[in-house]
Amino acid sequence: MNDFKQCIASPARTILRYRERTGKGVVGVMPVYCPEEIIHAAGFLPLGIWGSPNISITKTRAAWPSFVCSVAQSITELEALGAYRDLDAVVFSVPCDTLKCLSQKWDSSGVPAIVFTHPQNRRDSEQAACAFAREEYRIVKEKLEALLRVSISTDALKASIRIYNENRAACRAFSDACAQYAGLIKPSWRHTVFRARWFMEKSAHTALVNELMEAVRAEPLPDFQGRKILVSGIMTEPEEVLHILEENGFAIAADDLAQESRQIREDVPDDADPLLALARQWIRFDGCPLAFNERKPRARMLIDTAKKYGADAVIVCMPKHCDPEAFDYPILLREFRAEGMKSLCVETDPGTTSFEQIGTRIQTFAELL
Amino acid sequence: MKINVGESSAEEVLDYYLHQIEEEAGSAHKEGRLVCWSAALAPAEFCEAMDVSVVYPEIHAAVFASGKGNTGLLEAAARKGYGRGLCSCARNSIGFMEMLKQRTAFGSAPEALQESGAARVSLPDFVFVCNNICDAVLKWYEALARELAIPCIILDVPYNHTMPVSRHNKEYLAAQFLDVVKKLERICKKPFDYEKFYQAQVQTQRTVYQWKRVAALAFRKPSPLNGFDLFKYMEIVVMCRPKMAGEIVLRKFADELEADAAGGRFAYGEAGEEKYRVTWEGNAVWPFFNLTGRTFKETGSLLAGAGVPGMWNITYIPGDLASMAEAYSSIYLNCGAPYRYEELCRIVESSQSEGIVFHIDHSCKIASFLHREGAEYVQDRNGVPFTYFDGDQADPEVFTGAQFENRLRELTEKMEIRKS
Ligand code: SF4
Ligand code: SF4
Repeated sequence: MNDFKQCIASPARTILRYRERTGKGVVGVMPVYCPEEIIHAAGFLPLGIWGSPNISITKTRAAWPSFVCSVAQSITELEALGAYRDLDAVVFSVPCDTLKCLSQKWDSSGVPAIVFTHPQNRRDSEQAACAFAREEYRIVKEKLEALLRVSISTDALKASIRIYNENRAACRAFSDACAQYAGLIKPSWRHTVFRARWFMEKSAHTALVNELMEAVRAEPLPDFQGRKILVSGIMTEPEEVLHILEENGFAIAADDLAQESRQIREDVPDDADPLLALARQWIRFDGCPLAFNERKPRARMLIDTAKKYGADAVIVCMPKHCDPEAFDYPILLREFRAEGMKSLCVETDPGTTSFEQIGTRIQTFAELL
Repeated sequence: MKINVGESSAEEVLDYYLHQIEEEAGSAHKEGRLVCWSAALAPAEFCEAMDVSVVYPEIHAAVFASGKGNTGLLEAAARKGYGRGLCSCARNSIGFMEMLKQRTAFGSAPEALQESGAARVSLPDFVFVCNNICDAVLKWYEALARELAIPCIILDVPYNHTMPVSRHNKEYLAAQFLDVVKKLERICKKPFDYEKFYQAQVQTQRTVYQWKRVAALAFRKPSPLNGFDLFKYMEIVVMCRPKMAGEIVLRKFADELEADAAGGRFAYGEAGEEKYRVTWEGNAVWPFFNLTGRTFKETGSLLAGAGVPGMWNITYIPGDLASMAEAYSSIYLNCGAPYRYEELCRIVESSQSEGIVFHIDHSCKIASFLHREGAEYVQDRNGVPFTYFDGDQADPEVFTGAQFENRLRELTEKMEIRKS
């Protein structure tokens, strides 16, 4: 756990070490979904950028109106503070209106931004959407090659896809273990492992996860007296929310968070053309408010997952001012009720410093369960 | 009731056709026609070809909010969990849908529905969403389709992070056009009428031509057109692009304005009453539409340029799907910088505006989040001063008349200083 913690505690050191070890640089990956494998295949470290949960906004108060989500607001603040100055490039996906605007506001003194768009007509026009995504990814690859002065071969890309799929499998196994060893793996530890994914080269992350799993499996199955839950939403940060969950005896049996399991849910399929394989992964991906599907399968998926992992309830972590999540919630709630699935929605705001209200709500919910 | 277009005013002709469209939408089901609720910038040519009656929830939001009130509808949406912060057009239509569902279930119109003045509209048989304005609209129509368990046709228009619109983007759109046709055929249970589709494209171009003619009249100095009327007539260009009614109304209006200008009759009466020319960037504040217009007039500011009405300048070659794709994709809200800001510069320059008013629309993120950068871009280019105010296109809670008036007066001072 310490290795994971260290890498989160000091991303700067992680970057430095990577540079020293490989002689290559680092490319920032903006929320939410990015074919990181392309960056990895270039030999560069893809580094996740989700803002900072505890930053106070001073320099960039005027950059956004008050009704922006704190992911975007804190990224802008960190950008103004020079936090991203050492990156070689950043890659932006733009699946919500806020990210579109963030991509156009990017002005980090000379760090070039590469923007791409995900297609959303993934059912009725599957083939055309796939071809579009492939071409967008090809352009991302081409721009990275030019900016980083590297050539990304098909074989390198295939190798990176393999490494990423292995990492996804390891993380899924870890998530399963969290359900099994509920008394042992605390929600904040679980989050640390997932968060570290954004700062580490993926084969290194996989190795650490596997090591941790071995250690966990060597332990006897604990007798867990608390309640298992499934968490859904963008992310559980700030970490205080996780501590509140722990204090109230909750263990996370599974998650559906954009920052965590939504990243590892869908493997990249096999294909002779690796760019097409990456495109097909996006076409298959489901159950996220940022991936259009008028059938809205998310509620069903959550209910099934909760049942599979023995979760007693779903907690939806709703970032303030996040349209995609807010539009999904009424339908989720209705379907949870219809199925008798208990649920709670907590508004998580990384800028929040007072957690009293969230604490009270979670405590009341725990008592109710 | 019939109308003699030649002897009626543009406003009378507008009212006549709007009434007719509402009647048609109300009786569509009785006449065996399907009803579609559509995003305002989805290509209406497809539904027109299939004789589907199209209803535009964004227009409802504007009409209800500026007319008899939509508080009841917004409350109904909030009761379903769609609360403040989400696009108020979406909330308005979700509330409206809920009221219509209740009417169907109980046989009589709930009070909020009667208040809104649109009790005759039918629930849709399917919805048609197009995200060339924003992505919130995807979530909104996804919700409508799910709430009503009806099909949803999507035309996904990818965000243009670079301009011009890329070839693969146009190819993706053109492929989707064919899939829209297939889905419509399945929903309507009849073959697509390609000839009618072509005619609808031709008619759209004729209507758009008149629409551009009207907007360009506000560019004249002094202007015969008050730009607030451009927002008012947006209703017809949204609802009747592929219909002859759109062309008739807009041609009548443009002719009338031409005649006014020739006769020395300007937007504010005498030419001298137009003291400042201002560009309005953002949606109208529909709940306070008259008040904002009055405040403009009181300060001698004429609304000469506006970005939003220009989104309906959809210009393409009929029969050419790639050209149609490009037109529906190049909506400025769907394009990154600097194209988006260049578009604003173009409006400011063509309208000879001396200042810009930016509407920070609390429920429209895509329109509001880049105002600051847009303002600075234009100011760097030609020094035009600007101001912001807080509002919302269809929720009456955010806007305050005092802030609006103060900001506008501050702007007029800046414009005055610049003049002297
Ligand atoms: S938190 Fe929501 S609104 Fe903000 S960037 Fe993420 S998806 Fe978009
Ligand atoms: S553009 Fe703005 S007002 Fe229009 S649907 Fe999107 S969020 Fe709502």
